[in-house]
Amino acid sequence: MTGILFAMQGAISQGILWSIMSLGIYITFRLLAISDLSVDGTFAVGGCVMATLITLGITPLLATTIAIIGGAIGGLVTGLLHTKCHIPAILAGILTQLGVYSINLRLMGRSNLPLLKLNTIFKQIEAMVGLSQTNSSLIVGIIVVAIVIAIMYWFFGTEIGSAIRATGSNENMVRSLGVNTDSTKIIGFMIANALVALSGALVAQSQGYADVKQGIGAIVIGLASIIIGETMIRKQTNFAIRLCMIVLGSIIYRLIIAIVLQLGLNTDDLKLFSAILVALFLTAPQLIKTKKGGVHHA
Amino acid sequence: MLEVRHVSKTFDIGTVNETPVLKDVSFTLNDGDFVTVIGGNGAGKSTILNMIAGVYPIDSGEILLDGEDLTNKKEHERAKYIGRVFQDPMKGTAADMEIQENLAMANRRGKKRSLAWGITANEKAVFKEELSMLGLGLEKRMADKVGLLSGGQRQALTLLMASLQKPKLLLLDEHTAALDPKTAKKVLDITKEIIEKDHLTALMVTHNMKDAIQIGNRLIMMYEGKILFDIQGEEKKSLTVDDLLHKFEEASGDEFTNDNVLTKR
Ligand SMILES: Nc1ncnc2c1ncn2[C@@H]1O[C@H](COP(=O)(O)OP(=O)(O)OP(=O)(O)O)[C@@H](O)[C@H]1O
Ligand SMILES: [Mg+2]
Repeated sequence: MTGILFAMQGAISQGILWSIMSLGIYITFRLLAISDLSVDGTFAVGGCVMATLITLGITPLLATTIAIIGGAIGGLVTGLLHTKCHIPAILAGILTQLGVYSINLRLMGRSNLPLLKLNTIFKQIEAMVGLSQTNSSLIVGIIVVAIVIAIMYWFFGTEIGSAIRATGSNENMVRSLGVNTDSTKIIGFMIANALVALSGALVAQSQGYADVKQGIGAIVIGLASIIIGETMIRKQTNFAIRLCMIVLGSIIYRLIIAIVLQLGLNTDDLKLFSAILVALFLTAPQLIKTKKGGVHHA
Repeated sequence: MLEVRHVSKTFDIGTVNETPVLKDVSFTLNDGDFVTVIGGNGAGKSTILNMIAGVYPIDSGEILLDGEDLTNKKEHERAKYIGRVFQDPMKGTAADMEIQENLAMANRRGKKRSLAWGITANEKAVFKEELSMLGLGLEKRMADKVGLLSGGQRQALTLLMASLQKPKLLLLDEHTAALDPKTAKKVLDITKEIIEKDHLTALMVTHNMKDAIQIGNRLIMMYEGKILFDIQGEEKKSLTVDDLLHKFEEASGDEFTNDNVLTKR
């Protein structure tokens, strides 16, 4: 029983750290209405850049900050490939994802870099306040998520933020109002991937290692969290609540995974399970809609 | 003043689909001109508007607005001076955003966007007043998503958005064509009101010959990528639909067989 409870608590704190990535994906996927697959790469960028810097003796906080910038640069590359080179967004994202893999390998000099003997943000907090490791990752996670949501809420209410949202809603109209939509898209890509890298850096620090493969399937997990979160809200819901629901969605996703693992699912099958889960969640709203529509017309 | 000088455009150059759409088109709009544009399907009416707005580059010629050369300016740079309303009500507004957010976006037309708040309390008051002048009750629904509005309401809102910053030029491309007759009339009335109130210079494409004759101070007819004729002042006022058809025959050399030449379907 305590095993399950422990697994649950771990799932919650993992869900919170991963939710920062989902919030980033929300910017491209929902606000800009673009599927950005660079995420799988920039998530690993977060972990790998951070780990490399920490091994070089840089403080965890600064290392994480630089990792965020690394993610933003990844987003910039995807944005430029998409807007200036006119490469379809999905392909542009895949190119970034692929290229970044080699860069991460080069950076770390190996595919996996343990942080066990090194300092991390979580260990610092543990030492400072005397918390257990799970608790410190939970608390750091909550604080960071709260800050991210507050900044997103503010930013997407500003003139630039509104222009980004409008670009996703009606690009032609936004251009006809004098906004350079290439720029709004690029800014969106950059912020999204900066958040993804932040998430990657925090997840790696809580796991105790960074891995070039840590981002595989990240986009699917992010989409799952967004979709689970959105099932709990109505269309006109306030933006801040919407973002909170994505965090909740991310936690629920982790809880589902923890439960199925407890029930005996092989970890090797986890990715297949996630893929099926996301496919189901993506299909469900359509099914419900058509069913309702059918009743309506009858 | 808008000067369109010897503008030509061919789409899909070098392919089997190569179509010359504009052939050496020239005209000048004086400030305050309200010009209706008519012509058959494919005559190049939308294309000339798109060229002025900078949606596609032109092959040759020049476009000047108040002496400023727009020819090589990008669409979003020209948008500072040019307001547009499209035929499709979905095109002119962002459905996922609130009415007031759409207006706030339009209120920043051509201005550099900053990290200032996207909409101010002062603006909301102005928008409320402007919306109430449309007479559609939209002033009570400012926080509603535009996606909830009807086509006519969206067109009226788009018109307001296009004129909010008093553009040097207003481009209307069959902006009432997708509406039912009653709503179309209402939107047309709003159009006339706004253009008159702000003394705007406007180009309005329409397929309704009566509207084209009655509205505005000048009428341009296009045919196969050229301006067939350009009538203004007293001559335009005394025009009838029959005159137009007759003039069309005369100028185009085409035998006029049925309404399809000028009107849709
Ligand atoms: N982007 C484009 N690419 C290729 N051909 C185009 C493009 N835009 C317009 N055309 C062609 O240019 C010609 C003129 O089109 P345009 O839309 O200007 O006509 P119009 O006078 O507005 O007609 P309508 O009354 O049907 O709206 C048509 O033959 C059309 O197929
Ligand atoms: Mg047209």
